[in-house]
Amino acid sequence: MKNLTNRSKIVSNKQMNFWERIYIPAILNGMRITFGHLFRKKTTVQYPEVTREFSDVYRGKHVLKRDDEGRERCTACGLCAVACPAEAITMVAAERQPGEENLYREEKYAVVYEINMLRCIFCGDCEEACPKEAIFLTKEIVKSEYDRDKFIYGKDVLVEPADPAKRIDISKRQTPEVIEFKKNKKYKHNK
Amino acid sequence: MFTQYIFHFLSIMALFSAVMVLASKKPIHSVLFLTLAFFAIAGHYVLLNAQFLAVVHVIVYAGAIMVLFLFTVMLLNLNKDERSPKPMWVNFIAFVAGGMLMLTLIGIFRGYDIKAAHDPMISQIGLVKNLGKILYHDYLIPFELSSVLFLTAMVGAVLLGKKEQI
Amino acid sequence: MIVQIIYKALLSSIILLLSLVVAMYSTLVERKVAGWFQDRHGPNRAGPWGLLQPLADGAKLFFKEEFMPNSADKFLYILGPSLTMFIALLTSAAIPWGPDLVVNGTVYPLQVADVNIGVLYIFAILSIGVYGIMIGGWASNNKYALLGAVRASSQMISYELAMSLSIITIVMMTGSLSMREIVAQQQGFNWNIIYQPLGFLIFLICAFAETNRAPFDLPECETELVGGYHTEYSSMKLGFYLFSEYINMFISGAVMATLFLGGYHFPGIDKLGLSPNVFAFVSFMVLFTKITFFGFLFMWIRWTLPRFRYDQLMKLGWKSLIPLAILNVVITGVVILLNQK
Repeated sequence: MKNLTNRSKIVSNKQMNFWERIYIPAILNGMRITFGHLFRKKTTVQYPEVTREFSDVYRGKHVLKRDDEGRERCTACGLCAVACPAEAITMVAAERQPGEENLYREEKYAVVYEINMLRCIFCGDCEEACPKEAIFLTKEIVKSEYDRDKFIYGKDVLVEPADPAKRIDISKRQTPEVIEFKKNKKYKHNK
Repeated sequence: MFTQYIFHFLSIMALFSAVMVLASKKPIHSVLFLTLAFFAIAGHYVLLNAQFLAVVHVIVYAGAIMVLFLFTVMLLNLNKDERSPKPMWVNFIAFVAGGMLMLTLIGIFRGYDIKAAHDPMISQIGLVKNLGKILYHDYLIPFELSSVLFLTAMVGAVLLGKKEQI
Repeated sequence: MIVQIIYKALLSSIILLLSLVVAMYSTLVERKVAGWFQDRHGPNRAGPWGLLQPLADGAKLFFKEEFMPNSADKFLYILGPSLTMFIALLTSAAIPWGPDLVVNGTVYPLQVADVNIGVLYIFAILSIGVYGIMIGGWASNNKYALLGAVRASSQMISYELAMSLSIITIVMMTGSLSMREIVAQQQGFNWNIIYQPLGFLIFLICAFAETNRAPFDLPECETELVGGYHTEYSSMKLGFYLFSEYINMFISGAVMATLFLGGYHFPGIDKLGLSPNVFAFVSFMVLFTKITFFGFLFMWIRWTLPRFRYDQLMKLGWKSLIPLAILNVVITGVVILLNQK
């Protein structure tokens, strides 16, 4: 059989000679190698002080976007919940009442929108499924908690602040290529 | 004076643990009490200014033989007392034999004049240098004979331990 | 007389304290060194460079639940770790830590007990060191613990032989069983390791086996026996077991430095013309450096070599080390005999 890589080694069970059988030289060689590691650069990142640089399209905690006028974009269509392979998303829809036009963009909105972060696998399918550009994943990571209940994130955590200065920038995720890809529903996984 | 107290302490410890070897229910406890008895006796050797003997006693008995005993008892896991009760006459004979041994020992030590023995702190015979000289000059032949005996025992043990028949 | 007794009590408590502190910080060094060998930092959160880590570990161990299995032999279960600790601390009495101190014309030796059979004393302590592990392992009434205990005992008995045979060559060369005398004869660079490289190697390997350190840590082999003899132990009782391992490391480092690396001697420092007390301190630091080197060696080997299989361990002990040690004794005897003529 042909080797796929050139990294494989031929194993032989030949008798060891005396030099190999007393093991001491091999042990000394091993000790030399481990000693060399003392002076290597440490691979540890000192986490709270130093954070690793995340990619711009890192898939972390979700955000529910607002539009330019500060209205929630989500219309509670449930496509994200359907797309979610881990079934982490649940929502309850409600009709927008008169006078709430400055709060919700569409006539229907999500009263309850919950993502169970213990189930979420951060695949980003909700982001792709969303027709209203309402849900995005961010660079922020999900913090650890002492309580399982606290991992169920509701709208209070997910919806971004209305203050324009505190909006979460997702423009890096919405390059023209991404938008083009989202519009093009011919790919099987994108239906 | 101070050594007297130590002597009494060690004697009580030795006697107590020797009795407990017989009296304790679990074999493991018996083995451990025997080890304690050996330590007490090693302490007696030190009091007699025979440090070499004391240390060798600890190494050989407490360090090797009793560990092997403990090892065996643990492996067999002899927790329950599985000895079948012995018939009355066996107990009676054992009592007579043990009693006779005790009488003999008492007879021996009654005739022994303790004051005639050297003061142990002055006697230097237990120190390793003197002991070596005596062993290799005065008692050379018995010493070498006993080493031959040990060698024979060792060869025998190796032969017994071998799997294939010879 | 009274002064001497007070001095001895003081010295032994200082040495006791020293061994405890060194053992405490060995746990930190072990983890640091393990980290460095694996391109990590090791613990560095508790205090600067993680210096408070041993205290944190100790506090944690104290606050853990004291657990005792229902079916355990209550007395022996407690006796096990205490005995291990006690025996581990005993050895330091016979080690000469430095040359004599002189205060007001009175000589104070830096050794608790200069017994004329020091080597044998250390050897006796070593041979009874296994009791703590065996008693603890058996008293837990757990199969893993029992297996660990049984392994420990047979391993110790096997390696004791080779170890004693390798010491015998030293005793043959020195002509004395006193540790002080052995050190005194290695003055300058007249170290025993130069005359007994094979003996040193055998002793080193046996020291690894006797302290249950990797690659011979089969009694507590995690991959096979969960925790080995201390599987059922928790809280400070477990702490005692783990702690005594480091004390054993420190003491066996001291024994090796004393027997083979010239103890507190180093070529040149006796010619510096220091006053006796300063000289004693410098000599002690020399010994301490040597012990530190051995401690590092223990860790270095641990993070280099994988664990032995049990049959390999027995084979190495009985079929390689003991014949080699006997050969070493014979060669040494012949050389000494030829030199005398």
